[in-house]
Amino acid sequence: MPLITEDGIVADSYRRLDGADPAADLIVPLDALAEHGDHAGRLGADVPNTARLEDVLPYLDRLDLISLPFPAFTDGRAYSLARQIRQAGFSGELRATGNLLPDQLQAMAQVGFSAFEVTDRFHPEVWLRALSRMSVSYQTPGTSARHVWQERALARHRLQGYSASAR
Amino acid sequence: MYRYDEFDHRFVAERVEQFRDQTLRRLNGDLSEDEFKPLRLMNGLYLQLHAYMLRVAIPYGTLNSRQMLRLADISERYDRGYGHFTTRQNIQFNWIALADAPEILAELAAVEMHAIQTSGNCIRNVTTDHWAGAAADELADPRPVAELLRQWSSLHPEFTFLPRKFKIAVTGSPHDRAATRVHDIGLRLHLNDEGERGWEVVVGGGLGRTPMIGVTVREFLPEDELLGYLEAVMRVYNLIGRRDNKYKARIKILVHELGAEAFRAEVEAEYARQTAALNGIDNAELERIAQYFAPPPFEKLPRWSPAYQSHRAGNAAFARWSRSNVAAHARDGYAIVDVSLKPEGGIPGDATARQMRAVADLAQRYSFDEVRVSHHQNLVLPHVRRDDLFAVWERLVAEGLDAANVGQAGDIIACPGLDYCSLATARSIPIAQGISRRFADLNRQADIGPLRINISGCINACGHHHVGHIGILGLEKKGVEFYQITLGGSSASEASIGTIIGPGFAGDEVPDAVEKIVTTYLALRQEGETFLAACRRLGAEPFKEALYATHH
Repeated sequence: MPLITEDGIVADSYRRLDGADPAADLIVPLDALAEHGDHAGRLGADVPNTARLEDVLPYLDRLDLISLPFPAFTDGRAYSLARQIRQAGFSGELRATGNLLPDQLQAMAQVGFSAFEVTDRFHPEVWLRALSRMSVSYQTPGTSARHVWQERALARHRLQGYSASAR
Repeated sequence: MYRYDEFDHRFVAERVEQFRDQTLRRLNGDLSEDEFKPLRLMNGLYLQLHAYMLRVAIPYGTLNSRQMLRLADISERYDRGYGHFTTRQNIQFNWIALADAPEILAELAAVEMHAIQTSGNCIRNVTTDHWAGAAADELADPRPVAELLRQWSSLHPEFTFLPRKFKIAVTGSPHDRAATRVHDIGLRLHLNDEGERGWEVVVGGGLGRTPMIGVTVREFLPEDELLGYLEAVMRVYNLIGRRDNKYKARIKILVHELGAEAFRAEVEAEYARQTAALNGIDNAELERIAQYFAPPPFEKLPRWSPAYQSHRAGNAAFARWSRSNVAAHARDGYAIVDVSLKPEGGIPGDATARQMRAVADLAQRYSFDEVRVSHHQNLVLPHVRRDDLFAVWERLVAEGLDAANVGQAGDIIACPGLDYCSLATARSIPIAQGISRRFADLNRQADIGPLRINISGCINACGHHHVGHIGILGLEKKGVEFYQITLGGSSASEASIGTIIGPGFAGDEVPDAVEKIVTTYLALRQEGETFLAACRRLGAEPFKEALYATHH
């Protein structure tokens, strides 16, 4: 399954296998994390989209990756969970899996997702283009888009600075 | 009025181009209907019984004449020469060809309009008081906040796939004309002793299958905290709102099942976690937006207009119309004109291209270029000089827009029903027409006084029957349509859900039933008592008696 990040289409170093190479990067279910606490490689967790933030908070320091699922593209819970996890300070990879559609990738990036397990249903270029479809956003852009409210505030400041220096 | 800047223009233009591409891919077969459906719905394009229907957003119900003229043009070029104004202050075109939809959206974008989020499980068009910025009883114009919410909710990355659709209404007046207690979120402006603005946040109201009055989760939320707090409400709903059953997925069910206290605790905990996520940038934006809503250049006029008074004295039809369709304005010498889209036997909310152009022209000449759409499916000219009222009325008469019945028996709210809608179980429009004809006598309507008759063609309640003083719900049993009647509903400040009066009626019996209810009221009312007040005092018994006693 192709993996898309800021760097484009990349190789996925993580495995979801039990009893894998102890040095490999591993993604395990959230409730199995305890068994892998001393894992030598990088460690990620599959977190269900029904989890509450409190379920994840104790592990944020230990985890290199958190993977959140979209069981159906209409099930938007992971958008909010991703936002909460980022606001709690998690800076590792936040990965979206499941029923992703190109038209949603930019919104996912905006709420804090940094990697996307996509399918072969669409051409890789379609997926990549989707990440920068809108060039402006009224909310936190999180991608290459410009934040409308911020741009407006900056423009006003520049204008004020200009009139101040002209005086 | 708000005007787009370069960013707003670019945002809408990019959406149009995106949709043009998607439509092309659908038309040449690259996208299946299943794949295309969510994309078209996010641009307001529904597939109805006979054709595609395009629902265009009219943010908080405010239009200028240029926009109204464009709607008229679109109705002629791409539809059948008319449009349908809805209970959410939007307009629908019922006969759209798929291939034309992207071009229509481009034409709308050119006049700063769009159809974004008029469908789907996202935050829908924000609605407000149709007299905003004009009403004599208003604390402040709610539209700057409504516009802030429009921008904030437009393609909000976190809240585009909610459990269910989400409707927000805002009022700046203590007299609630925006039905804030029956919305997913209702915002009601209050001023504290220092004159500072705060918003009462009402959550979990709604109609549909399970009508509920919303609960107040914050009595007075300082205005600068508004958006942060709403994000907390939305996040809680998005995370723990039910998704297992479409009919239990609205936020009202979550509030009801958790209980108001537990729901409030969830929201407050989430809000406490948000450490200045918006960084005050929302407040700077609100300040910027508010400048667009500065009052128009009103003249300093005397309170009374001798010209108006003499026309009233000399013309009974004008006098009657001015009693029902003219309301008090905040400025001396001005008035608010409600333009009824409910002529005798007409289709509630429909307007022809010619009528739209006439209203646009009147707005330009007499109302500082402003038109409003009310959730009662009427139009409003918000700022008319009292001296000009007679001239405005004469033009309305010439265009068939002079029905003197606003707020009365003929001013019926109705959904499109089975004549258009694929969800409907019964027809709504012919029922509305039947009642409208029965109460055609305008003097009788005036004598009956304030009366709200709301009709829905199915349990989804788009015609707001739960909050009609008389509510009518069209149902179907074994292929036969029948109509259930409720009494005592209201969406005003003291909101209430109507109660079912008894067994239903066949469609052609409905006007008789309404007539009996009204006759009972007229016989039992006390001096100056409105229909709703009488219903609340008397209870259902006398009305039941009148409706069903003869059946035994």
